[in-house]
Amino acid sequence: MSRFTSILGTERRKMLETIGASSVDDLIAAVPAAFRLGRPLDLPPAASELEVSRELERKASAAGGARLVCFAGAGAYDHFIPAAVDHILRRSEFYTAYTPYQAEVSQGTLQCIYEYQTMISRLCALDCANASMYDGASAAAEAALMAMRVRRADRILVAGSLNPAYLDVVRTYLSHGGFSLNEVPFGSDGLLDTVALESLLSSGEAAGLLVQQPNFFGLVEDVRRLAEIVHSKERLLVQVTDPVAAAVIAPPGEAGADIAVGEGQSLGIPLSFGGPYAGFMACRKEFVRNMPGRIIGRTSDRAGQTGYVLTLQTREQHIRREKATSNICTNQALMALASTVYMTLAGEEGLREVASRCFSNSHYLEERLLGISGVSRIFSTPFFREFVLEFPMPAEDLRDRLMGAGFLAGVPLPDLRPGAMLVTATEKRTKSEMDGLAEAVASACAEV
Amino acid sequence: MSSIPKNLRYTETHEWARLEADGTVTIGITDYAQHQMGEIVMVELPRKGHQAARGASLGALEAVKTASDYYSPVDGTVEDANTKLESDPGLVNTDCYGAGWLAVVKPSDPSQLDSLMDASGYARHTGE
Amino acid sequence: MEGTIFSKSCCGRRGMDLPAPEVPVLDPSAVLGPGRLRSAPVGLPQVSEPQAVRHFVNLGVKNYHVDKGIYPLGSCTMKYNPKLNEDLARHPAFAGLHPLAPARAAQGALELMHELGTYLCEITGFRGVTLQPAAGAQGEFTGLLLIRKWHDARGDAGRVEVLMPDSAHGTNPASSTLAGMRVVSVKSDSRGEVDLDDLKAKAGPLTAALMLTNPNTLGIFESRIGEITRIVHEAGGLCYMDGANLNALLGIARPGDMGFDVCHVNLHKTFSTPHGGGGPGAGPVACAEPLARFLPNPVVVRAGDGSYAFEPGGRESFGRLLAFHGNFGVLVRAWAYIRTLGAAGLRETAENALINANYLRARLKGAFELPYDHGPCMHEFVLSGEAQAKKGVRTLDIAKRLLDYGFHAPTIYFPLIVHEAIMIEPTETEGLQSLDAFADAMLAIAREVEEKPHLVTDAPVNTPVLRLDEVRAVKELDIAEPWERT
Repeated sequence: MSRFTSILGTERRKMLETIGASSVDDLIAAVPAAFRLGRPLDLPPAASELEVSRELERKASAAGGARLVCFAGAGAYDHFIPAAVDHILRRSEFYTAYTPYQAEVSQGTLQCIYEYQTMISRLCALDCANASMYDGASAAAEAALMAMRVRRADRILVAGSLNPAYLDVVRTYLSHGGFSLNEVPFGSDGLLDTVALESLLSSGEAAGLLVQQPNFFGLVEDVRRLAEIVHSKERLLVQVTDPVAAAVIAPPGEAGADIAVGEGQSLGIPLSFGGPYAGFMACRKEFVRNMPGRIIGRTSDRAGQTGYVLTLQTREQHIRREKATSNICTNQALMALASTVYMTLAGEEGLREVASRCFSNSHYLEERLLGISGVSRIFSTPFFREFVLEFPMPAEDLRDRLMGAGFLAGVPLPDLRPGAMLVTATEKRTKSEMDGLAEAVASACAEV
Repeated sequence: MSSIPKNLRYTETHEWARLEADGTVTIGITDYAQHQMGEIVMVELPRKGHQAARGASLGALEAVKTASDYYSPVDGTVEDANTKLESDPGLVNTDCYGAGWLAVVKPSDPSQLDSLMDASGYARHTGE
Repeated sequence: MEGTIFSKSCCGRRGMDLPAPEVPVLDPSAVLGPGRLRSAPVGLPQVSEPQAVRHFVNLGVKNYHVDKGIYPLGSCTMKYNPKLNEDLARHPAFAGLHPLAPARAAQGALELMHELGTYLCEITGFRGVTLQPAAGAQGEFTGLLLIRKWHDARGDAGRVEVLMPDSAHGTNPASSTLAGMRVVSVKSDSRGEVDLDDLKAKAGPLTAALMLTNPNTLGIFESRIGEITRIVHEAGGLCYMDGANLNALLGIARPGDMGFDVCHVNLHKTFSTPHGGGGPGAGPVACAEPLARFLPNPVVVRAGDGSYAFEPGGRESFGRLLAFHGNFGVLVRAWAYIRTLGAAGLRETAENALINANYLRARLKGAFELPYDHGPCMHEFVLSGEAQAKKGVRTLDIAKRLLDYGFHAPTIYFPLIVHEAIMIEPTETEGLQSLDAFADAMLAIAREVEEKPHLVTDAPVNTPVLRLDEVRAVKELDIAEPWERT
């Protein structure tokens, strides 16, 4: 018997008697004999808590990446997370609860999501937000579908300066439902080419433009200008937004975006080898009925007390089935809670401070690296917290060499140029770590 | 007992239809249907000029926990839609045969109305 | 009622601190120009750490959760979440691992993913697997895209219909739409199984796939599954199993052996990873060999020297579902669960799930209608509250009254083919005392319906709030707290 089993053998017999069955085999009589497995599954033998723990420890020791000082970003960032965040996440009341379908016994989860929606909509400077999507990339794909629903179009323009993994996901979501996308190229400054945008907008019906701010290269796009262009043709602007940057640079709503999505990992969620994270989505209120995913509303109970419920559910798959705004059901609720607690602890000042430190550290590091002979910029455009440099050796080789010195130096961009690497320095990076990276890069480059 | 006016024609999907003097057909949902749905909170209307096909969806009604399409009883062109429902969808509940009408269609073949149920047929259909 | 966190906010407080800056603090407006900056404050709360912690702890205690008691939501498999697995998923070597760290810095993580993939293939009887889908619905989308690619690769691109029974989960039709396919509903017969005549009539040259949950959403194993998959295959379609109810089959039968071509697995149901109040889950997809070449990018492979790597799929891959490799932290928990139980433990899990469901069904069937009662159920069963409804007490009322008794309610009004449906899945977690306590409460409520129905229709009265006004929630939409700038 496993340690998760509460039914004793004697109880089993008693229960089978109540059921009117002589053995468990009676209960699976409907499974044709031909399809019964008839042998034990071929799996490693059962292991005790201590053994599983040791086995995991062995695997963990064979994954040394977390010990490297992290300068890699490209959609996942090594931020500081206050201890209180995980203490709340480890509360059984939150993590062992189901989706809050029985509102009267789910007020904790429901109010937290309402507060999350409020924080996300404020951060994006838009009217409303949903309860979370899987991640930033799938949220971008859902936002593209949503924009096409609103505009009743089957085509959308996507910035070529979008994170390429996001572009792959958007393409996957769109290409099978009869939708298409056109990539808008970026210019030599790394920013979206507005001339190409205007010409693509003029040719045929597109729902709008999907653009990332800051873009994949860390550069700050002129979203206000893009919004003007897109709106002059009565199309929609969908912005993939960095939630940390949005505390300091013009957020989607101020810049003129109609729908905003992004990756919430920066807000209190560990790197965890890529997930679970939480995508967020916000929009102007006139589009709320076209939004995918769960939404929590505030209302009152029979006695007039304030309470929270799932609302606008007729958009969702369990009611609307093939006509739903999306197939999403399970989302990333617990990770959205992490972001809610994080934003609560950081607060107004804290989040701006995190953004400002990322900005200052990245600029300090860029300057240090540019001081090394053979290292140069690829784009001269202002960036926010992430930047691309060209090194005098293949970036993948450089990254691998620097791992020996204890650094994960960045994310190589071989498709851009062989020596190109995307580098970031969050608020967690100390001056000595950044100086150490610069010295290690200098000595690697000196040997070229 | 739901109300089933004698002067209307009915579909199996619970729409009513009324032939107007100008040859158009006004469409709504029945008292039985609005009662089944509960409080209606959103009405999606067809656009004017939309080509309606008999039995095809014209739009949708949403209550809190259900959503249901409504269907055109005849082939034709949508001439009008009740935009009052956009701000006051509850009219479908309070006055489904009057102020809660949904759309007006100019039928391409008015004789299609004859194949719809009359009040007593619809009463049998709903088991009342 | 706990006020919102915003109502507790006061200028100047904060719950997080950072070290003093070590490098010159740059002014963004000097670099970017003032026109590019945010003009208004964000409007985040300003509270201290203890205020924040108290706020969330006080909210949490209003929740029902599986560590408190039975959570008999049919189709949701609310089983116990092992505590060790929570610790393992948070191991610093994993928590701090960047998703784009090169393979040699992530060997242990890749090994774990590879092992989990192998386990899931063995459990489902398939050869190919992706761990990327974040949830069951994304798994369904994945499976349908695999099927689409397979037809396309054979030059058979006209297949656009997905057959599914009228008892299917709502995600099935919604996923079909997302994959650009059309839903064709197949009737259920009087035994609650797929109506073979209707299936035969609807399977044809347009059929891309059949989507079927087995055991189905009535908790009934499709006893003619071999014939069902044969009919679909003969019509040129493929068979997709929605793995929502895989818990009933662990070590007993495998989708791959029944003629299915692809299935998703809900790690947050069958493999004990927590639901987290609605997520995160994970919906890995396993498939037969011929479909494996279309799996999403990237896949974990083991090289001859025993090392692991992410391999970009070939040009035949249908694409990518998430920015990175899936909900890795969820994968760690599921790996630990399977390692803990082994083959015998998984089989015991399924058996106890079956016994528990049948035991509750036997205790409750006299008091509630049981529309499908040919033979035993699998891991769940569906009652109907129609007899009670005739007395003016609806299934919703019964569910709410259970909350007063201190239990979570079952799934209600699903599947759609049962009127006043009450869908109960106790899972193997529950012991006999817990099952009896729940059955006693259900029977007591059935008596209340006869004797004091107002107790049921007025319920709940012992919960943090009473029944909520859902009409008002839609009509006076309040989904974000208005911000009064102070």
